[in-house]
Amino acid sequence: MRYLSHTPEDIKEMLKVAGRNSLEELFAKIPEDCLRKEDLVLPEPLTEWELDNHLEALARKNSDSASVNSFLGAGSYDHYRPAALSYLLQRSELTTAYTPYQPEMSQGTLQAMFEYQTLISALLGMEVSNASMYDGASALVEALFMALRISRKKNKVAVSRLIHPGYRDVIRTYFGPTPFEMIELPYLEDGSTDISALEGYEDLAAVAVQSPNFFGCLEDLAAFKETAAGKEALLIVSFTEPLAYGLFKNPGSQGADIVAGEGQSLGIPQSFGGPGLGVFCTHKKYIRKMPGRLVGRTTDKYGETGYVLTLATREQHIRREKATSNICSNQGLCATMAAMYLAFAGGSGLQELAALNRDKCEYLKREIEKAGFFIPFSRPGFNEFVVDFSPDFGQRYTGLLEAGIIPGLDLGTFYPELADHYLLSVTETKSRSDMDALVKEVSL
Amino acid sequence: MKEELAPGRSGLKMKEFPIWEKGRKGRSGFSIPKQDVEKAPLDKGLQAGSLNLPDICELEVVRHYTRLSQWNFGVDTGMYPLGSCTMKYNPKTNEKQAVLPGFAGAHPLLEPGLCQGILQIMYELEEFLAEITGLDSVTLQPAAGAQGEYAGLRIIYSYHQKQNSPRKKLLIPDTAHGTNPASAAMCGYEPVMVKSGDKGFLSAQKVAGLMDEDTAGIMITNPNTLGLFEEDILEVAGAVHSKGGLVYCDGANMNAIMGIVDMAKTGVDVLHLNLHKTFSAPHGGGGPGSGPVCVKKDLEPFLPVPRIVKEKDGAYRLSEDLPDSIGKLHAFHGNFGVMVKAYCYILSMGHLLKKASQLAVLNANYLQKSLKGILHLPYDRPCMHECVFTDKIQEMFKVTTLDIAKRLIDYGFHPPTIYFPLVVHGAMMMEPTETETKENIDSFVHAVREIAREAEENPEILRAAPIRTRVRRLDEATAARHPVLTGDIVNK
Repeated sequence: MRYLSHTPEDIKEMLKVAGRNSLEELFAKIPEDCLRKEDLVLPEPLTEWELDNHLEALARKNSDSASVNSFLGAGSYDHYRPAALSYLLQRSELTTAYTPYQPEMSQGTLQAMFEYQTLISALLGMEVSNASMYDGASALVEALFMALRISRKKNKVAVSRLIHPGYRDVIRTYFGPTPFEMIELPYLEDGSTDISALEGYEDLAAVAVQSPNFFGCLEDLAAFKETAAGKEALLIVSFTEPLAYGLFKNPGSQGADIVAGEGQSLGIPQSFGGPGLGVFCTHKKYIRKMPGRLVGRTTDKYGETGYVLTLATREQHIRREKATSNICSNQGLCATMAAMYLAFAGGSGLQELAALNRDKCEYLKREIEKAGFFIPFSRPGFNEFVVDFSPDFGQRYTGLLEAGIIPGLDLGTFYPELADHYLLSVTETKSRSDMDALVKEVSL
Repeated sequence: MKEELAPGRSGLKMKEFPIWEKGRKGRSGFSIPKQDVEKAPLDKGLQAGSLNLPDICELEVVRHYTRLSQWNFGVDTGMYPLGSCTMKYNPKTNEKQAVLPGFAGAHPLLEPGLCQGILQIMYELEEFLAEITGLDSVTLQPAAGAQGEYAGLRIIYSYHQKQNSPRKKLLIPDTAHGTNPASAAMCGYEPVMVKSGDKGFLSAQKVAGLMDEDTAGIMITNPNTLGLFEEDILEVAGAVHSKGGLVYCDGANMNAIMGIVDMAKTGVDVLHLNLHKTFSAPHGGGGPGSGPVCVKKDLEPFLPVPRIVKEKDGAYRLSEDLPDSIGKLHAFHGNFGVMVKAYCYILSMGHLLKKASQLAVLNANYLQKSLKGILHLPYDRPCMHECVFTDKIQEMFKVTTLDIAKRLIDYGFHPPTIYFPLVVHGAMMMEPTETETKENIDSFVHAVREIAREAEENPEILRAAPIRTRVRRLDEATAARHPVLTGDIVNK
């Protein structure tokens, strides 16, 4: 086996040094009753070439974004990724390294993380970022926990119903064993969160909204900030499509205290939803309350600039049960991808790309309206929107699939009141003819 | 020549400033698709001003990251005997498979009919992991080991709620990873520390003395972080079960016992694995990982949703129908990209996984015996996949574990895990893994022997180490006292 190097002579010599007669004898201290009696029942080992065939066959059984005309978004987006980005990810000095506990031999990882923290903070208009978390959902949960820690005595948070349903499910799981309570804010007819639903709640640690929200609409973050501040609650802004901030005002400029969302759009493959990138930013005054790994700039004794993991006293290996979070890793490689993506795109490129996403999305909206369908939510949005395909669209849905078109996500599962409503996403990968094909098929 | 004008420092050691210093407005490193639709008017009030991100051309971005990578050390660079992290070789074919368009380009909300290949991989991987651990059911959803720990404890929490027997405490040995008590606290448990015995493992008597009906169970690591198998595990598990508690096992060290130990037989009810350790997925400089959780049959109703179900006709589907489930831990299905790599590894290895564990344990025992006497061995007994030494011998020369670790860098090795486990003063925890050759281990032993000699003859060189790296020992105290977490472009 090519991953194992030991020759029979090696084994013999090494056993001798170890003072053992056989490989089995190395396990002599394990109680007899704990041992397996029978061999592992696994498929016969595949050669590299058999593995290629097997995995290619499995890969072909999935409809990837390039092989179908898909309008699925809802928290995972199909964007172009430069070849140079994929190529750089093969630098195995970066991929095969562990957490940078020995900074002198991990300056590559550390500087890449420091640059990620900088670029993502700049994009979101925040002062600091951690080195990332598992995904948008985990980042949001950690943001809520942090707000509850800062508020000390409060145990309630308000969360918009237009935050990704998957994220709200994860909040429920994590809140389960705690004394914390989540209040859900309903949405209005225009596709934005009902701010007036906050009236009457005076004991909130945080108000969390997503913008663009799950329906693709922009929220009035400044208004949320004002209301939250009036209640001494922190404003947490979540997102699933960071490209929107290439065009629209970022959360920081509108008063967000914590920003926690999903960075997959920034150069990370969709990969059936993971790995993604949990983005977590806040203000300097909160850094000691912040979860997750942080990279800081410092110098060596000769004055040379270098980077280290820092503020570890917040973390589990020192604080143990009093740590700010149990998370001890980050999505290092995904954060590196996001930083690379932002570097390739640049400020000007990102702006241009964001505008193109929106232009295309607005085109499809108009064409679908022209075809006689209703677009229920009037708030301005980015690259996603809701269409009312009623009545009885379910039957025609199958026909569309047969034509190689996935007309977005059926919202009825997540919002029972929105049966036959679909969430459609349009990114720069959609051509005019892709969109025309959809309009033609749904109009039949 | 002025230093700042030269691209390199000396020969191939390139200097490289933060990436924003390469930016000039008007450059571009990205091919923007053609504008094939009309521009849509936009309300100026919603619009951002210009973005504070640098514009850089493609070659300069490529050079930047290539240079950064040259300052890094990975498994592909050299031996990385970082204890409890299982830095084994990351097979390259796995990387190739994970980015096949049918996987990397798949949307997580595809309906099951359109992602049968993916569901098959996940279903089979769950089956493989159940077979390898001896447990009955598996969830792949946790995105990392620590989330696996949380998931496992959350399952135990829900189980006791369902039994109408909610509990407040959880036993955790003093050798545990720091994430263990942190995960317990997130589930609302008060961690109760269990001191390990003189031989380096838990005493059943001590556990029985601490266990009561307000204690949810115990969170053990087996083999433990001293590299020893918990020899009293059956009695420990018995003591926990007799009071209605459950046994959680941190499977971070599973690489020692694949095909050898049946974890169900050891009395474990819940166990998490690290696909990025035992199952060869790369660590990525700190992630992404994947932390599947394996449980016994009676805990299956509490696993996260959705579950993958195989129909009679062989088709796979997702089921949310699990009323006692703890819910969701991830927005979608966990880190599928990492699962593909573990799946490929298991298919490539098959029954040879047992051989991998045997050789991992052989390498560790060979290393332990070879270093004994050069470094102090606090627990002098046969080890599993890793061994723990201390700086006790070098202390008399005023040389510490940190100095030895830093000097190893100069010799071209990644240092072991240091100052962990906490119960061993000046610990150096070494895990060679099965993929290192005998020559590599010999060469590592030789380096440690040289360093031990230097400690006696010239300790100053150890205290100054590393001297051959691009940066020398960094000022971590100032970094923490006056944190600088972002570059100057933020808030400019």
